[in-house]
Amino acid sequence: MNTIWALAKIVVLEMIRRKDFYVLFILTVLLTGMAGSVNLFNDHSIVRYLKEICLLLIWVASLVIAITCTARQIPMEREQRTIFPLLAKPVTRAQFLLGKFLGCWVATGLALLVFYLFFGVVSASREQHWPVLNYLQAGFLHWLMLGIVIAATLLGSIVFAAPSSNGTICFVCVAGILLLGRHLNKVALGLAEPLQSLLYGIYFVIPHLELFDVRDLITHNWDLIPGGVMALAILYAATYTAFLLTAAWLVFRRRPLN
Amino acid sequence: MNPAPALLAALAFATALATGGRLLVWQAERVPDTGSVFDLLLGESRRAFAMHAFIKADAYFHSGFYPSVFDLAQVADRNKTHLEESIKSAGNEHHDHDAKPAPARDWLEAFGNHFHPSQHRHLERFGDEREILPWLRLAAELDPQRVETYTVAAFWLRDRLNKVNDAEQFLREGLRANPQSYEILYELGRLYAENDRDVPRARAVLELAIERWLKQEARKADPDKQGYGQILAQLADLEERAGNLDRALAHFARLKQVSPAPETVQKRIDELLARQGRPR
Repeated sequence: MNTIWALAKIVVLEMIRRKDFYVLFILTVLLTGMAGSVNLFNDHSIVRYLKEICLLLIWVASLVIAITCTARQIPMEREQRTIFPLLAKPVTRAQFLLGKFLGCWVATGLALLVFYLFFGVVSASREQHWPVLNYLQAGFLHWLMLGIVIAATLLGSIVFAAPSSNGTICFVCVAGILLLGRHLNKVALGLAEPLQSLLYGIYFVIPHLELFDVRDLITHNWDLIPGGVMALAILYAATYTAFLLTAAWLVFRRRPLN
Repeated sequence: MNPAPALLAALAFATALATGGRLLVWQAERVPDTGSVFDLLLGESRRAFAMHAFIKADAYFHSGFYPSVFDLAQVADRNKTHLEESIKSAGNEHHDHDAKPAPARDWLEAFGNHFHPSQHRHLERFGDEREILPWLRLAAELDPQRVETYTVAAFWLRDRLNKVNDAEQFLREGLRANPQSYEILYELGRLYAENDRDVPRARAVLELAIERWLKQEARKADPDKQGYGQILAQLADLEERAGNLDRALAHFARLKQVSPAPETVQKRIDELLARQGRPR
Protein backbone atom coordinates (compact mmCIF):
# COMPACT_ATOMS: atom_id res chain seq x y z
CA MET A 1 0.00 0.00 0.00
CA ASN A 2 2.93 2.33 0.79
CA THR A 3 4.31 1.83 -2.70
CA ILE A 4 0.94 2.63 -4.29
CA TRP A 5 0.53 5.71 -2.11
CA ALA A 6 4.08 6.91 -2.91
CA LEU A 7 3.34 6.63 -6.64
CA ALA A 8 0.00 8.38 -6.15
CA LYS A 9 1.64 11.25 -4.28
CA ILE A 10 3.95 11.89 -7.23
CA VAL A 11 0.95 12.14 -9.55
CA VAL A 12 -0.85 14.52 -7.18
CA LEU A 13 2.24 16.73 -6.88
CA GLU A 14 2.61 16.77 -10.64
CA MET A 15 -1.03 17.88 -10.98
CA ILE A 16 -0.48 20.67 -8.46
CA ARG A 17 2.55 21.86 -10.42
CA ARG A 18 0.78 21.86 -13.78
CA LYS A 19 -1.38 24.80 -14.87
CA ASP A 20 -4.39 22.78 -16.18
CA PHE A 21 -6.46 23.04 -13.04
CA TYR A 22 -5.74 26.72 -12.42
CA VAL A 23 -6.65 27.69 -15.98
CA LEU A 24 -9.89 25.70 -15.89
CA PHE A 25 -10.81 27.03 -12.46
CA ILE A 26 -10.23 30.66 -13.49
CA LEU A 27 -12.28 30.05 -16.66
CA THR A 28 -15.10 28.58 -14.58
CA VAL A 29 -15.02 31.56 -12.21
CA LEU A 30 -14.97 34.07 -15.08
CA LEU A 31 -17.78 32.44 -17.06
CA THR A 32 -19.95 31.99 -13.97
CA GLY A 33 -19.27 35.59 -12.99
CA MET A 34 -20.24 36.78 -16.46
CA ALA A 35 -23.46 34.77 -16.38
CA GLY A 36 -24.23 36.10 -12.91
CA SER A 37 -23.71 39.72 -13.92
CA VAL A 38 -26.56 39.66 -16.47
CA ASN A 39 -29.50 41.81 -15.40
CA LEU A 40 -32.67 39.72 -15.60
CA PHE A 41 -35.75 41.86 -15.13
CA ASN A 42 -34.07 43.63 -12.18
CA ASP A 43 -34.38 40.46 -10.09
CA HIS A 44 -31.18 39.53 -8.28
CA SER A 45 -32.56 36.46 -6.53
CA ILE A 46 -32.72 34.35 -9.70
CA VAL A 47 -30.17 31.62 -9.10
CA ARG A 48 -31.02 28.30 -10.76
CA TYR A 49 -29.70 29.20 -14.21
CA LEU A 50 -26.45 30.28 -12.55
CA LYS A 51 -26.22 27.02 -10.61
CA GLU A 52 -26.82 25.06 -13.80
CA ILE A 53 -24.15 26.96 -15.76
CA CYS A 54 -21.65 26.69 -12.90
CA LEU A 55 -22.25 22.94 -12.49
CA LEU A 56 -21.95 22.38 -16.25
CA LEU A 57 -18.60 24.18 -16.25
CA ILE A 58 -17.45 22.13 -13.25
CA TRP A 59 -18.40 18.90 -15.03
CA VAL A 60 -16.61 19.86 -18.23
CA ALA A 61 -13.53 21.07 -16.34
CA SER A 62 -13.35 17.96 -14.16
CA LEU A 63 -13.62 15.65 -17.17
CA VAL A 64 -10.88 17.58 -18.97
CA ILE A 65 -8.63 17.38 -15.91
CA ALA A 66 -9.32 13.67 -15.29
CA ILE A 67 -8.93 12.49 -18.89
CA THR A 68 -5.95 14.61 -19.93
CA CYS A 69 -4.10 13.97 -16.68
CA THR A 70 -4.65 10.20 -16.80
CA ALA A 71 -4.06 9.82 -20.54
CA ARG A 72 -0.52 11.17 -20.32
CA GLN A 73 0.62 9.21 -17.23
CA ILE A 74 1.91 5.98 -18.80
CA PRO A 75 3.01 7.40 -22.19
CA MET A 76 4.99 10.12 -20.35
CA GLU A 77 6.73 7.54 -18.15
CA ARG A 78 7.62 5.62 -21.31
CA GLU A 79 8.76 8.67 -23.24
CA GLN A 80 10.97 9.91 -20.42
CA ARG A 81 12.12 6.34 -19.80
CA THR A 82 11.39 6.69 -16.07
CA ILE A 83 9.21 3.59 -16.22
CA PHE A 84 12.27 1.31 -16.46
CA PRO A 85 13.98 2.27 -13.17
CA LEU A 86 10.54 2.42 -11.54
CA LEU A 87 9.59 -1.13 -12.49
CA ALA A 88 13.13 -2.36 -11.86
CA LYS A 89 12.52 -1.59 -8.16
CA PRO A 90 10.28 -3.92 -6.19
CA VAL A 91 7.20 -2.32 -7.76
CA THR A 92 4.83 -4.64 -9.57
CA ARG A 93 2.91 -3.57 -12.63
CA ALA A 94 -0.34 -3.84 -10.68
CA GLN A 95 1.03 -1.49 -8.01
CA PHE A 96 2.23 0.88 -10.72
CA LEU A 97 -1.25 0.98 -12.28
CA LEU A 98 -3.01 1.33 -8.93
CA GLY A 99 -0.61 4.13 -7.93
CA LYS A 100 -1.34 5.99 -11.13
CA PHE A 101 -5.07 5.46 -10.71
CA LEU A 102 -5.11 6.55 -7.08
CA GLY A 103 -2.97 9.61 -7.85
CA CYS A 104 -5.23 10.78 -10.66
CA TRP A 105 -8.37 10.05 -8.65
CA VAL A 106 -7.16 11.88 -5.53
CA ALA A 107 -5.93 14.81 -7.62
CA THR A 108 -9.29 15.17 -9.39
CA GLY A 109 -10.98 14.81 -6.00
CA LEU A 110 -8.96 17.76 -4.68
CA ALA A 111 -9.86 19.76 -7.78
CA LEU A 112 -13.53 18.87 -7.27
CA LEU A 113 -13.35 20.05 -3.68
CA VAL A 114 -12.22 23.51 -4.80
CA PHE A 115 -14.79 23.60 -7.61
CA TYR A 116 -17.71 22.61 -5.34
CA LEU A 117 -16.58 25.09 -2.69
CA PHE A 118 -16.80 27.79 -5.34
CA PHE A 119 -20.20 26.48 -6.39
CA GLY A 120 -21.38 26.62 -2.79
CA VAL A 121 -20.23 30.24 -2.49
CA VAL A 122 -22.00 31.21 -5.74
CA SER A 123 -25.17 29.45 -4.67
CA ALA A 124 -25.13 30.90 -1.14
CA SER A 125 -24.61 34.41 -2.47
CA ARG A 126 -28.10 34.33 -3.99
CA GLU A 127 -30.04 31.66 -2.13
CA GLN A 128 -31.19 31.92 1.44
CA HIS A 129 -30.07 28.40 2.35
CA TRP A 130 -26.96 26.31 1.88
CA PRO A 131 -27.74 22.58 1.56
CA VAL A 132 -24.24 21.34 2.37
CA LEU A 133 -25.25 17.67 2.52
CA ASN A 134 -26.76 17.81 -0.97
CA TYR A 135 -23.60 19.42 -2.35
CA LEU A 136 -21.41 16.83 -0.62
CA GLN A 137 -23.54 14.04 -2.05
CA ALA A 138 -23.39 15.52 -5.56
CA GLY A 139 -19.63 16.04 -5.29
CA PHE A 140 -19.10 12.50 -4.02
CA LEU A 141 -21.15 10.95 -6.83
CA HIS A 142 -19.25 13.12 -9.30
CA TRP A 143 -15.98 11.83 -7.86
CA LEU A 144 -17.16 8.20 -8.11
CA MET A 145 -17.99 8.78 -11.78
CA LEU A 146 -14.53 10.24 -12.36
CA GLY A 147 -13.08 7.07 -10.85
CA ILE A 148 -14.68 5.02 -13.64
CA VAL A 149 -13.52 7.54 -16.26
CA ILE A 150 -9.96 7.51 -14.91
CA ALA A 151 -9.85 3.70 -14.90
CA ALA A 152 -11.16 3.63 -18.50
CA THR A 153 -8.60 6.24 -19.59
CA LEU A 154 -5.83 4.28 -17.91
CA LEU A 155 -6.88 1.21 -19.88
CA GLY A 156 -7.01 3.34 -23.03
CA SER A 157 -3.50 4.67 -22.42
CA ILE A 158 -2.20 1.10 -22.58
CA VAL A 159 -4.29 0.08 -25.61
CA PHE A 160 -3.94 3.20 -27.76
CA ALA A 161 -0.64 4.52 -29.05
CA ALA A 162 -0.84 8.25 -28.35
CA PRO A 163 -2.34 10.19 -25.42
CA SER A 164 -4.18 12.45 -27.89
CA SER A 165 -6.05 9.58 -29.54
CA ASN A 166 -6.80 8.02 -26.15
CA GLY A 167 -8.05 11.34 -24.81
CA THR A 168 -10.26 11.96 -27.83
CA ILE A 169 -11.77 8.47 -27.72
CA CYS A 170 -12.41 8.77 -23.98
CA PHE A 171 -14.05 12.18 -24.38
CA VAL A 172 -16.32 10.90 -27.17
CA CYS A 173 -17.32 7.79 -25.19
CA VAL A 174 -17.93 9.69 -21.94
CA ALA A 175 -19.95 12.42 -23.69
CA GLY A 176 -21.91 9.76 -25.57
CA ILE A 177 -22.77 7.86 -22.39
CA LEU A 178 -23.65 11.03 -20.48
CA LEU A 179 -25.95 12.27 -23.23
CA LEU A 180 -27.47 9.05 -24.55
CA GLY A 181 -26.79 6.30 -22.01
CA ARG A 182 -30.09 6.80 -20.16
CA HIS A 183 -32.11 6.61 -23.38
CA LEU A 184 -30.57 3.60 -25.12
CA ASN A 185 -33.31 1.29 -23.83
CA LYS A 186 -36.04 3.54 -25.26
CA VAL A 187 -34.28 3.63 -28.62
CA ALA A 188 -33.77 -0.15 -28.51
CA LEU A 189 -37.49 -0.79 -27.95
CA GLY A 190 -38.25 1.01 -31.20
CA LEU A 191 -35.92 -1.23 -33.23
CA ALA A 192 -36.51 -4.60 -34.85
CA GLU A 193 -34.70 -7.77 -33.75
CA PRO A 194 -31.76 -8.54 -33.62
CA LEU A 195 -30.81 -4.85 -33.33
CA GLN A 196 -33.13 -4.47 -30.36
CA SER A 197 -31.38 -7.16 -28.32
CA LEU A 198 -27.97 -5.89 -29.39
CA LEU A 199 -28.69 -2.32 -28.31
CA TYR A 200 -30.37 -3.46 -25.10
CA GLY A 201 -27.28 -5.57 -24.40
CA ILE A 202 -25.05 -2.52 -24.90
CA TYR A 203 -27.37 -0.56 -22.62
CA PHE A 204 -26.81 -3.03 -19.78
CA VAL A 205 -23.06 -3.44 -20.38
CA ILE A 206 -21.87 0.19 -20.58
CA PRO A 207 -21.05 2.00 -17.36
CA HIS A 208 -23.94 4.42 -16.83
CA LEU A 209 -21.97 7.51 -15.93
CA GLU A 210 -25.13 9.63 -16.13
CA LEU A 211 -26.37 7.92 -12.96
CA PHE A 212 -23.82 9.99 -11.05
CA ASP A 213 -24.92 13.23 -12.68
CA VAL A 214 -27.28 14.76 -10.13
CA ARG A 215 -26.96 18.33 -11.37
CA ASP A 216 -30.72 18.63 -11.93
CA LEU A 217 -31.42 17.58 -8.35
CA ILE A 218 -29.02 20.24 -7.07
CA THR A 219 -30.18 22.97 -9.46
CA HIS A 220 -33.84 22.49 -8.58
CA ASN A 221 -33.32 21.92 -4.84
CA TRP A 222 -34.59 18.33 -4.69
CA ASP A 223 -34.19 16.19 -1.60
CA LEU A 224 -31.17 14.04 -0.72
CA ILE A 225 -30.81 10.65 -2.39
CA PRO A 226 -31.62 7.87 0.13
CA GLY A 227 -28.70 6.11 1.79
CA GLY A 228 -29.55 2.68 0.36
CA VAL A 229 -29.51 4.04 -3.19
CA MET A 230 -26.20 5.77 -2.48
CA ALA A 231 -24.72 2.49 -1.26
CA LEU A 232 -25.82 0.79 -4.48
CA ALA A 233 -24.32 3.64 -6.53
CA ILE A 234 -21.00 3.20 -4.70
CA LEU A 235 -21.10 -0.55 -5.39
CA TYR A 236 -21.93 0.11 -9.06
CA ALA A 237 -19.02 2.55 -9.48
CA ALA A 238 -16.62 0.30 -7.56
CA THR A 239 -17.53 -2.72 -9.73
CA TYR A 240 -16.89 -0.88 -13.00
CA THR A 241 -13.72 0.77 -11.72
CA ALA A 242 -12.37 -2.60 -10.51
CA PHE A 243 -13.32 -4.26 -13.80
CA LEU A 244 -11.59 -1.58 -15.90
CA LEU A 245 -8.49 -1.60 -13.68
CA THR A 246 -8.28 -5.38 -13.89
CA ALA A 247 -8.58 -5.19 -17.69
CA ALA A 248 -5.83 -2.53 -17.74
CA TRP A 249 -3.61 -4.76 -15.59
CA LEU A 250 -4.26 -7.82 -17.79
CA VAL A 251 -3.22 -5.86 -20.90
CA PHE A 252 -0.33 -4.08 -19.21
CA ARG A 253 1.32 -7.12 -17.63
CA ARG A 254 1.96 -8.70 -21.05
CA ARG A 255 2.83 -5.46 -22.84
CA PRO A 256 6.52 -4.74 -23.57
CA LEU A 257 7.56 -1.46 -21.99
CA ASN A 258 9.49 0.06 -24.89
CA MET B 1 7.20 28.45 -71.38
CA ASN B 2 3.84 26.85 -70.70
CA PRO B 3 1.23 29.59 -70.07
CA ALA B 4 -1.39 27.18 -68.59
CA PRO B 5 -0.41 27.51 -64.87
CA ALA B 6 -0.40 31.31 -65.09
CA LEU B 7 -3.78 31.29 -66.82
CA LEU B 8 -5.19 28.92 -64.23
CA ALA B 9 -3.90 31.11 -61.41
CA ALA B 10 -5.40 34.21 -63.05
CA LEU B 11 -8.72 32.40 -63.49
CA ALA B 12 -8.72 31.28 -59.84
CA PHE B 13 -7.89 34.82 -58.70
CA ALA B 14 -10.68 36.29 -60.82
CA THR B 15 -13.17 33.71 -59.48
CA ALA B 16 -12.09 34.41 -55.91
CA LEU B 17 -12.52 38.16 -56.41
CA ALA B 18 -15.94 37.77 -58.01
CA THR B 19 -17.21 35.29 -55.41
CA GLY B 20 -15.73 37.31 -52.55
CA GLY B 21 -17.43 40.47 -53.79
CA ARG B 22 -20.74 38.64 -54.15
CA LEU B 23 -20.40 37.20 -50.64
CA LEU B 24 -19.67 40.63 -49.19
CA VAL B 25 -22.80 42.05 -50.85
CA TRP B 26 -24.85 39.10 -49.58
CA GLN B 27 -23.45 39.50 -46.07
CA ALA B 28 -24.10 43.24 -46.08
CA GLU B 29 -27.70 42.53 -47.02
CA ARG B 30 -28.13 39.91 -44.33
CA VAL B 31 -26.31 41.04 -41.20
CA PRO B 32 -28.47 44.04 -40.28
CA ASP B 33 -31.40 41.59 -40.04
CA THR B 34 -31.76 41.99 -36.27
CA GLY B 35 -28.40 43.47 -35.48
CA SER B 36 -27.95 40.95 -32.67
CA VAL B 37 -24.75 39.09 -31.89
CA PHE B 38 -26.68 35.81 -31.95
CA ASP B 39 -27.81 36.46 -35.50
CA LEU B 40 -24.26 37.11 -36.57
CA LEU B 41 -22.89 34.04 -34.79
CA LEU B 42 -25.67 31.50 -35.24
CA GLY B 43 -27.56 32.64 -38.32
CA GLU B 44 -30.94 30.98 -38.71
CA SER B 45 -30.01 28.20 -36.30
CA ARG B 46 -30.62 30.68 -33.47
CA ARG B 47 -34.35 29.93 -33.86
CA ALA B 48 -33.73 26.29 -32.95
CA PHE B 49 -31.69 27.41 -29.94
CA ALA B 50 -34.49 29.80 -28.99
CA MET B 51 -36.95 26.91 -29.05
CA HIS B 52 -34.57 24.97 -26.83
CA ALA B 53 -34.34 27.90 -24.39
CA PHE B 54 -38.16 28.11 -24.31
CA ILE B 55 -38.40 24.39 -23.57
CA LYS B 56 -35.74 24.85 -20.91
CA ALA B 57 -37.99 27.44 -19.24
CA ASP B 58 -40.77 24.85 -19.32
CA ALA B 59 -38.44 22.26 -17.78
CA TYR B 60 -37.54 24.75 -15.04
CA PHE B 61 -41.25 25.36 -14.44
CA HIS B 62 -41.48 21.63 -13.65
CA SER B 63 -38.36 21.70 -11.43
CA GLY B 64 -36.34 19.72 -13.94
CA PHE B 65 -38.91 16.93 -14.35
CA TYR B 66 -39.34 17.00 -18.09
CA PRO B 67 -39.59 14.42 -20.86
CA SER B 68 -36.55 14.03 -23.08
CA VAL B 69 -36.75 14.00 -26.88
CA PHE B 70 -36.71 10.20 -26.64
CA ASP B 71 -39.72 10.20 -24.30
CA LEU B 72 -41.58 12.69 -26.46
CA ALA B 73 -41.00 10.55 -29.52
CA GLN B 74 -43.06 7.82 -27.87
CA VAL B 75 -46.09 9.95 -27.01
CA ALA B 76 -48.61 11.75 -29.18
CA ASP B 77 -47.69 15.07 -30.79
CA ARG B 78 -47.89 18.06 -28.54
CA ASN B 79 -47.66 21.53 -29.92
CA LYS B 80 -47.82 23.55 -26.75
CA THR B 81 -45.40 23.45 -23.83
CA HIS B 82 -46.70 22.88 -20.30
CA LEU B 83 -45.81 26.47 -19.48
CA GLU B 84 -48.24 27.83 -22.07
CA GLU B 85 -50.95 25.36 -21.02
CA SER B 86 -50.43 26.29 -17.39
CA ILE B 87 -51.07 29.94 -18.22
CA LYS B 88 -54.33 29.01 -19.92
CA SER B 89 -55.40 27.10 -16.81
CA ALA B 90 -54.34 30.06 -14.64
CA GLY B 91 -51.44 28.23 -13.06
CA ASN B 92 -53.42 25.33 -11.66
CA GLU B 93 -51.91 21.92 -12.17
CA HIS B 94 -54.72 20.94 -14.50
CA HIS B 95 -52.86 21.06 -17.73
CA ASP B 96 -52.44 17.91 -19.69
CA HIS B 97 -49.60 15.76 -18.43
CA ASP B 98 -49.04 12.84 -16.17
CA ALA B 99 -48.67 13.60 -12.49
CA LYS B 100 -46.68 10.39 -12.01
CA PRO B 101 -43.70 9.30 -14.09
CA ALA B 102 -44.17 6.45 -16.54
CA PRO B 103 -43.26 3.04 -15.04
CA ALA B 104 -39.60 2.09 -15.50
CA ARG B 105 -38.85 -0.27 -18.38
CA ASP B 106 -36.10 -2.15 -16.53
CA TRP B 107 -34.28 -2.27 -13.19
CA LEU B 108 -31.54 0.05 -14.43
CA GLU B 109 -34.04 2.72 -15.39
CA ALA B 110 -35.83 2.29 -12.04
CA PHE B 111 -32.49 2.71 -10.26
CA GLY B 112 -31.56 5.70 -12.44
CA ASN B 113 -34.81 7.48 -11.56
CA HIS B 114 -33.33 8.22 -8.11
CA PHE B 115 -30.66 10.41 -9.69
CA HIS B 116 -32.75 12.90 -11.60
CA PRO B 117 -36.08 14.65 -10.97
CA SER B 118 -38.75 12.01 -11.41
CA GLN B 119 -41.81 13.58 -9.83
CA HIS B 120 -44.10 16.24 -11.18
CA ARG B 121 -43.64 19.48 -9.28
CA HIS B 122 -44.47 23.04 -10.29
CA LEU B 123 -42.22 25.95 -9.41
CA GLU B 124 -45.14 28.13 -8.38
CA ARG B 125 -45.83 25.87 -5.42
CA PHE B 126 -42.59 27.19 -3.95
CA GLY B 127 -42.92 30.77 -5.20
CA ASP B 128 -39.92 30.32 -7.46
CA GLU B 129 -41.53 31.27 -10.78
CA ARG B 130 -38.81 33.84 -11.37
CA GLU B 131 -36.40 31.00 -12.17
CA ILE B 132 -37.92 30.52 -15.63
CA LEU B 133 -37.18 34.11 -16.64
CA PRO B 134 -33.50 33.78 -17.70
CA TRP B 135 -34.44 31.18 -20.32
CA LEU B 136 -37.32 33.27 -21.65
CA ARG B 137 -35.00 36.28 -21.85
CA LEU B 138 -32.48 34.16 -23.76
CA ALA B 139 -35.20 32.81 -26.06
CA ALA B 140 -36.24 36.38 -26.87
CA GLU B 141 -32.65 37.38 -27.57
CA LEU B 142 -32.16 34.40 -29.84
CA ASP B 143 -35.43 34.72 -31.73
CA PRO B 144 -37.14 38.09 -31.30
CA GLN B 145 -39.88 36.96 -33.72
CA ARG B 146 -41.13 34.29 -31.34
CA VAL B 147 -44.25 35.93 -29.93
CA GLU B 148 -45.02 33.32 -27.23
CA THR B 149 -41.79 34.17 -25.42
CA TYR B 150 -42.99 37.71 -24.72
CA THR B 151 -46.56 36.78 -23.79
CA VAL B 152 -45.52 33.93 -21.47
CA ALA B 153 -42.79 35.97 -19.74
CA ALA B 154 -45.12 38.96 -19.37
CA PHE B 155 -47.80 36.76 -17.78
CA TRP B 156 -45.44 35.50 -15.07
CA LEU B 157 -43.85 38.89 -14.52
CA ARG B 158 -47.20 40.65 -14.22
CA ASP B 159 -49.47 38.07 -12.67
CA ARG B 160 -47.19 36.15 -10.31
CA LEU B 161 -44.13 38.27 -9.64
CA ASN B 162 -45.88 41.65 -9.51
CA LYS B 163 -43.30 43.17 -11.84
CA VAL B 164 -45.69 45.17 -13.96
CA ASN B 165 -43.15 47.67 -15.27
CA ASP B 166 -40.77 44.91 -16.36
CA ALA B 167 -43.64 43.07 -18.03
CA GLU B 168 -44.67 46.20 -19.92
CA GLN B 169 -41.10 46.91 -20.98
CA PHE B 170 -40.66 43.33 -22.22
CA LEU B 171 -43.95 43.40 -24.12
CA ARG B 172 -42.99 46.70 -25.75
CA GLU B 173 -39.69 45.12 -26.75
CA GLY B 174 -41.68 42.27 -28.29
CA LEU B 175 -43.97 44.68 -30.05
CA ARG B 176 -41.01 46.49 -31.60
CA ALA B 177 -39.80 43.15 -33.00
CA ASN B 178 -43.35 42.02 -33.96
CA PRO B 179 -45.37 45.14 -34.71
CA GLN B 180 -48.26 43.12 -36.20
CA SER B 181 -48.72 40.74 -33.26
CA TYR B 182 -52.24 40.81 -31.85
CA GLU B 183 -51.13 38.38 -29.09
CA ILE B 184 -48.62 40.87 -27.67
CA LEU B 185 -51.14 43.71 -27.97
CA TYR B 186 -53.66 41.57 -26.08
CA GLU B 187 -51.19 40.96 -23.23
CA LEU B 188 -50.34 44.66 -23.18
CA GLY B 189 -54.05 45.51 -23.08
CA ARG B 190 -54.56 43.09 -20.20
CA LEU B 191 -51.70 44.72 -18.33
CA TYR B 192 -53.20 48.20 -18.73
CA ALA B 193 -56.68 46.94 -17.84
CA GLU B 194 -55.90 44.67 -14.89
CA ASN B 195 -52.78 46.19 -13.37
CA ASP B 196 -52.62 49.83 -14.37
CA ARG B 197 -56.43 50.34 -14.47
CA ASP B 198 -55.78 52.67 -17.38
CA VAL B 199 -59.06 52.21 -19.27
CA PRO B 200 -58.49 54.51 -22.29
CA ARG B 201 -55.04 53.05 -22.92
CA ALA B 202 -56.22 49.46 -22.48
CA ARG B 203 -59.17 50.09 -24.81
CA ALA B 204 -56.93 51.60 -27.49
CA VAL B 205 -54.48 48.70 -27.33
CA LEU B 206 -57.18 46.00 -27.30
CA GLU B 207 -59.03 47.60 -30.20
CA LEU B 208 -55.77 47.69 -32.13
CA ALA B 209 -55.34 43.99 -31.28
CA ILE B 210 -58.77 43.26 -32.78
CA GLU B 211 -57.85 45.24 -35.87
CA ARG B 212 -54.64 43.22 -36.27
CA TRP B 213 -56.48 39.95 -35.67
CA LEU B 214 -59.06 40.77 -38.35
CA LYS B 215 -56.29 41.71 -40.76
CA GLN B 216 -54.27 38.53 -40.21
CA GLU B 217 -56.67 35.81 -39.14
CA ALA B 218 -60.18 36.59 -40.38
CA ARG B 219 -59.53 35.30 -43.90
CA LYS B 220 -57.75 32.15 -42.80
CA ALA B 221 -59.47 28.78 -43.17
CA ASP B 222 -58.73 27.98 -39.52
CA PRO B 223 -58.41 31.32 -37.70
CA ASP B 224 -57.24 31.64 -34.09
CA LYS B 225 -60.74 32.02 -32.63
CA GLN B 226 -59.49 31.50 -29.10
CA GLY B 227 -57.17 34.49 -29.39
CA TYR B 228 -59.97 36.62 -30.83
CA GLY B 229 -62.33 35.49 -28.07
CA GLN B 230 -59.80 36.41 -25.40
CA ILE B 231 -59.39 39.93 -26.77
CA LEU B 232 -63.16 40.42 -27.05
CA ALA B 233 -63.77 39.09 -23.54
CA GLN B 234 -61.10 41.39 -22.11
CA LEU B 235 -62.52 44.37 -23.97
CA ALA B 236 -66.10 43.56 -22.93
CA ASP B 237 -65.05 43.25 -19.27
CA LEU B 238 -63.18 46.52 -19.50
CA GLU B 239 -66.20 48.38 -20.92
CA GLU B 240 -68.50 46.79 -18.38
CA ARG B 241 -66.29 47.91 -15.50
CA ALA B 242 -66.02 51.38 -17.04
CA GLY B 243 -69.83 51.57 -17.19
CA ASN B 244 -70.04 51.58 -21.00
CA LEU B 245 -72.66 48.87 -21.12
CA ASP B 246 -73.61 49.41 -24.77
CA ARG B 247 -70.04 48.89 -25.87
CA ALA B 248 -69.72 45.88 -23.58
CA LEU B 249 -72.87 44.38 -25.09
CA ALA B 250 -71.51 44.86 -28.59
CA HIS B 251 -68.30 43.05 -27.68
CA PHE B 252 -70.17 40.23 -25.93
CA ALA B 253 -72.35 39.81 -29.02
CA ARG B 254 -69.23 39.35 -31.16
CA LEU B 255 -67.72 37.06 -28.55
CA LYS B 256 -70.81 34.83 -28.61
CA GLN B 257 -70.15 34.07 -32.28
CA VAL B 258 -66.69 32.64 -31.66
CA SER B 259 -66.97 31.37 -28.10
CA PRO B 260 -66.94 27.58 -27.49
CA ALA B 261 -69.57 28.26 -24.75
CA PRO B 262 -72.04 30.73 -26.30
CA GLU B 263 -74.65 30.03 -23.62
CA THR B 264 -72.31 31.44 -20.92
CA VAL B 265 -71.76 34.56 -22.99
CA GLN B 266 -75.53 34.87 -23.50
CA LYS B 267 -75.98 34.80 -19.70
CA ARG B 268 -73.60 37.76 -19.39
CA ILE B 269 -75.52 39.56 -22.14
CA ASP B 270 -78.78 38.93 -20.31
CA GLU B 271 -77.29 40.25 -17.07
CA LEU B 272 -76.14 43.42 -18.77
CA LEU B 273 -79.50 43.90 -20.44
CA ALA B 274 -81.18 43.44 -17.08
CA ARG B 275 -78.89 46.06 -15.56
CA GLN B 276 -79.83 48.44 -18.34
CA GLY B 277 -83.49 47.66 -17.75
CA ARG B 278 -83.94 46.58 -21.35
CA PRO B 279 -86.00 43.57 -22.47
CA ARG B 280 -83.98 40.38 -23.27
